[in-house]
Amino acid sequence: MADAPFFPFFPFFPMSREAGCPFDPPPYLRESAASRPVSRVRIWNDSTPWIITGHAEQRALLSDPRVSVNDRLPGFPHWHAGMEQVSTRRAPSVFNTDPPEHTRFRRMMTAPFTYRRVNAMRAVVQEITDDLIDKMLAGPAPADLVEAIALPLPTRMIAAIMGVPYEDHGTFSDQASIGMHKDVSVEAQMESFRWQHDYLASLVKARMAEPRDDVVSDLAQRVTDGEITVEEAAAMGVGLFVAGHETSANMIALATVALLEHPAQLAILQESDDPAVAATAVEELLRYLGIVHMAQRRIATQDIEIGGQTIKAGEGILIELASANRDPRVFPDPDVLDLGRDASAHHAFGFGLHQCVGQQLARVELQVVYGTLFRRIPTLSLATTIDTVEFKHDGIAYGVYHLPVTW
Amino acid sequence: MRVAVDQDRCVSAGQCVAAAPDIFDQRDEDGVVVLVNATPDAAEEDGVRQAAAVCPALAIQVHG
Repeated sequence: MADAPFFPFFPFFPMSREAGCPFDPPPYLRESAASRPVSRVRIWNDSTPWIITGHAEQRALLSDPRVSVNDRLPGFPHWHAGMEQVSTRRAPSVFNTDPPEHTRFRRMMTAPFTYRRVNAMRAVVQEITDDLIDKMLAGPAPADLVEAIALPLPTRMIAAIMGVPYEDHGTFSDQASIGMHKDVSVEAQMESFRWQHDYLASLVKARMAEPRDDVVSDLAQRVTDGEITVEEAAAMGVGLFVAGHETSANMIALATVALLEHPAQLAILQESDDPAVAATAVEELLRYLGIVHMAQRRIATQDIEIGGQTIKAGEGILIELASANRDPRVFPDPDVLDLGRDASAHHAFGFGLHQCVGQQLARVELQVVYGTLFRRIPTLSLATTIDTVEFKHDGIAYGVYHLPVTW
Repeated sequence: MRVAVDQDRCVSAGQCVAAAPDIFDQRDEDGVVVLVNATPDAAEEDGVRQAAAVCPALAIQVHG
């Protein structure tokens, strides 16, 4: 049966969003969350991994020790051929190991991102946000909100925390974005991977010689102490930088489009200076926008019964987070953006032991930006029509490439 | 209400501190959960239940 094309029929993943619905997951996935929470799709290499769209089913699998992130196991459902190549070269890190190895790596990365430490940086986030808004307002309108605010804020924060020199932000950011395209060539993927790895490895070595008060220096100290290798330290550093700026940037710009399209919801943020209102709004926007839309990749190491199906050992599993955020069993009227709802059960940061390390930093950044931008610029509007905005349909994280705004 | 935490399971996401800052804290060196008060007042029970619900590692147990 495996040789018969089109039978059995499994839809191809990733799927296209519906025209005119840039904030909604593709129709097939939206209806899957409740009606077929565990099903199969076909991916780029013609394999047919499971796709998990239901909220409860995602929680169960992301908490299941029989589900692995070891991307060297045969049958692992890679994003694309480039990632499959890179997987054989990547040093072990939080991204490709299971416990107990994972626990050891994770605990080397978590200290700078505790709730209290990150909230102590709120004043700095506010200062950078105000500064970026000042600069945008002082310049010509229309301006590109991505370049003016969405990208520089998280980039400056993660670079400062890590200790990546200011003059290198731009290059690193460009290199990182190459690997975030789903259709990137194997060669381009490998080249950008090597550049990022080599950059971080030389920064680690520099900090081993001359430590500073930053995260790369902490990693460098662990290399000096023999806990990890330079390659492992570099892998962690690349992961932190990539995850630390592009995702928040997408959330800032995409939320701006969504709010401008939902003026009644935008008014909630404009009319309140209560941090609790902004905090609740952030969770709802994280749920509604579901920017991590390319599915988290896993593989079963034993047979697993779930949702009336049997996932066999060695079969790939795609955890499509954005569709669980629209699961009507958990979120009533899931396609409605409602900044007042309790959306805290969302999977925007994933779930289980690989849940986003930097989520508290992301929250502070988004709370400050959403709570400031629309109050300081009440006349903010799109300088184009929404149908001409270029959405990152091809990005591993969803967002917009540019956002022309005026005021 | 009685609360218990499992430090071995904890993944340092920090969501418990956000939900119930008087009950939970995180270790400085790695962000692993520290239980500050195992018998929260009635006023704190909602926050503790929220913390248990959002903990990605299922590392918080609530009794009563």
